Amino acid sequence: MFTYRSAGFAVAAMLALATPAIAQEQRAEVIHWWTSGGESAAVKVFADQFQAAGGTWVDTAIAGGANARTAAINRTVGGNPPAAMQLNTGKQFDDLVENDLLANVDAQAAAQNWQAILPPSFLEAVTRNGHEYAVPVNIHGQNWLFYSNDALAKAGVQPPNNWDDLFPALDKLKAAGMIPLAFSGQKNWERNLFNNVMAGRGGHDFFVAFWGKRDVAMVKGPEFRNIAETFKRLRNYVDPGSPGRNWNDATSLVIQGKAGMQFMGDWAKGEFTAAGQTPGKEYGCTVLGDHGIAYVMGGDVFVFPQLKDANQTKAQQLLARVLLEPDTQIKFAQKKGSIPVRLDLDTSSLDACARKASGWIHNANAQVPANEMLSPPALTGAIEDLISQYWNDPGMTTDGFITRVANTLTQQF
Amino acid sequence: MRIGSRLSTHLALAPALLIALVAYCGAMGWTIWISFTNSRMLPSSVFVGLRQYSSLLANERWQVSVQNIAIFGVLFIAMALALGFVLAALIDQRVRAEGLLRSVFLYPFSMSFIVTGLAWRWLLNPTLGIEKVGHDLGLAWFRFDWLVRPERVIYTLVFAAVWHAAGLVMAIMLAGLRGVDPEIWKAARVDGIPAWRAYLFIVVPLMRGSFATAVILLAVSVARLYDLSVAMTNGGPGIASEVPAKFVMDHLFERGNVGLATAAATTMLITVVAVLAPLMYWQYRQPARRPV
Repeated sequence: MFTYRSAGFAVAAMLALATPAIAQEQRAEVIHWWTSGGESAAVKVFADQFQAAGGTWVDTAIAGGANARTAAINRTVGGNPPAAMQLNTGKQFDDLVENDLLANVDAQAAAQNWQAILPPSFLEAVTRNGHEYAVPVNIHGQNWLFYSNDALAKAGVQPPNNWDDLFPALDKLKAAGMIPLAFSGQKNWERNLFNNVMAGRGGHDFFVAFWGKRDVAMVKGPEFRNIAETFKRLRNYVDPGSPGRNWNDATSLVIQGKAGMQFMGDWAKGEFTAAGQTPGKEYGCTVLGDHGIAYVMGGDVFVFPQLKDANQTKAQQLLARVLLEPDTQIKFAQKKGSIPVRLDLDTSSLDACARKASGWIHNANAQVPANEMLSPPALTGAIEDLISQYWNDPGMTTDGFITRVANTLTQQF
Repeated sequence: MRIGSRLSTHLALAPALLIALVAYCGAMGWTIWISFTNSRMLPSSVFVGLRQYSSLLANERWQVSVQNIAIFGVLFIAMALALGFVLAALIDQRVRAEGLLRSVFLYPFSMSFIVTGLAWRWLLNPTLGIEKVGHDLGLAWFRFDWLVRPERVIYTLVFAAVWHAAGLVMAIMLAGLRGVDPEIWKAARVDGIPAWRAYLFIVVPLMRGSFATAVILLAVSVARLYDLSVAMTNGGPGIASEVPAKFVMDHLFERGNVGLATAAATTMLITVVAVLAPLMYWQYRQPARRPV
């Protein structure tokens, strides 16, 4: 035996790899893109809860949402799928469902009574042809306005409550020598800012008509012009270093008090927390709306590719159940800065901003489904290019922008 | 005997040929086919004719990308050649510490475009880099913000890429210069021809081979320009520094629009072939006249 030590080791290693199947282990490889500090702490909650329920979590974290999605989808199409993969709540898995690559989670949905516990738009977002194909795990608000209390006090400004309050406040911040609006000039954040204005000024119906129904008549109307002009007006309040900046670098300008405000999703709270700041104390959060609160809600889901191995399928079912259990949901939300996707939970242990949001998600009129829940990535991307051009190119007029948007909405995607 | 050895040569080449046929030509053929379908995130086989091409040509971002790659290609190749040649000519004057200088000039080439792009992104950022240094020195009028100006940003990409590639061109040119017959220099000196004229009218024409090598290497990095744009500007501000390869990558993956992406890739292929074919034909026609 010892003469063939290395060969023996190789055999042992192969046996060790093969054992899980023999030992009936519920092993699930999960591909996700939660790699930053707060994110990995959050995903560890899932892993721990899954282990506690008897599963074995095999972590495949890939930095960058687009990279992780590409890797996971390529593996699924290539016949070597993971047990579960993260996607954004929305249309990202349309093609996977159409090509019959995903297992449905109807059993879980019935057992946990999703009909009653999930917000309707989220249930709709995971349902295709009457079957549920994904487990939503959180709700991220995408249209928050974060502000530094210190900076606002220095400039003698009250936190704004609506879009008309905002501009005088920005003017005062500018006069006080600060960057009024911390901004990260990358295409997706330019689109996010535009969406923020659209939800705030246009409200729920307008937002859905634009991204979901692609209503061209509305785009040519006065309301859309007002949205576009408000968006462009914000351009006057960002600093020259903003093009290409990362969103977290923009957040840190607010944290340091160099900038007054930032429009960003609730994931920005992770940066404030990491800097030792708490909402309501050093910084504040609000959502601006002309027609009451219009809270743009997106989130993450896990989908489960069809697998042949029965043990793996069981592991998938276990994971699907664990992800939505009340305990998992609360602990995850605390770490992630999101709010639980279940409506029936006690959210008093979450931070001040999350508690605000938890109130809104019970009000159907306040809920706006996120961009990626309403439009396919190809359309979103084409509009994003236009928004980015309109923001950056002084040569593009509002009329030119509106015409181009209307044309793009009528194209086939 | 002859036939036997030729057969074995062909047999030995067969695997390489097979890989080339399947991997390159096969993938190429498949890409071209997919560009005629309505593929979205996953490839489909629903034929839609030239629809993807017509929406590609109408796409403003594609138009900007093509325009950018033309500006970038011409300026980058011309400037890298000129700078590389001047550096080589200077080093060729038997300067002291030649080895050190050669390494210093060649050094940027050892870095990836990602690192190059990041470094220049920070240097050129008006609130972090050179402009800030100017302001800190009290020069309030100083402006160096091409990176964030849509109409200028493509030139910053050229600048970074020239910085990256000039050393390589220098190395190629230096090898070419060292290959020039010393008798030619002596003859030029006897005839009283100034050094710059000797370089321009005698040496440069002799070094056609070095120039061809450098141009081909530079042209390849123009066609595949992607990572520099991603690292330095990510295509921005707006779509001002988008390039064709980035258009393909973004639509292939993040935007789940495989049909449009493959149409763009096919268009790139046709362009490259259209540029290369006359060049190869020209080289093929003049095999004997390739000095150095």
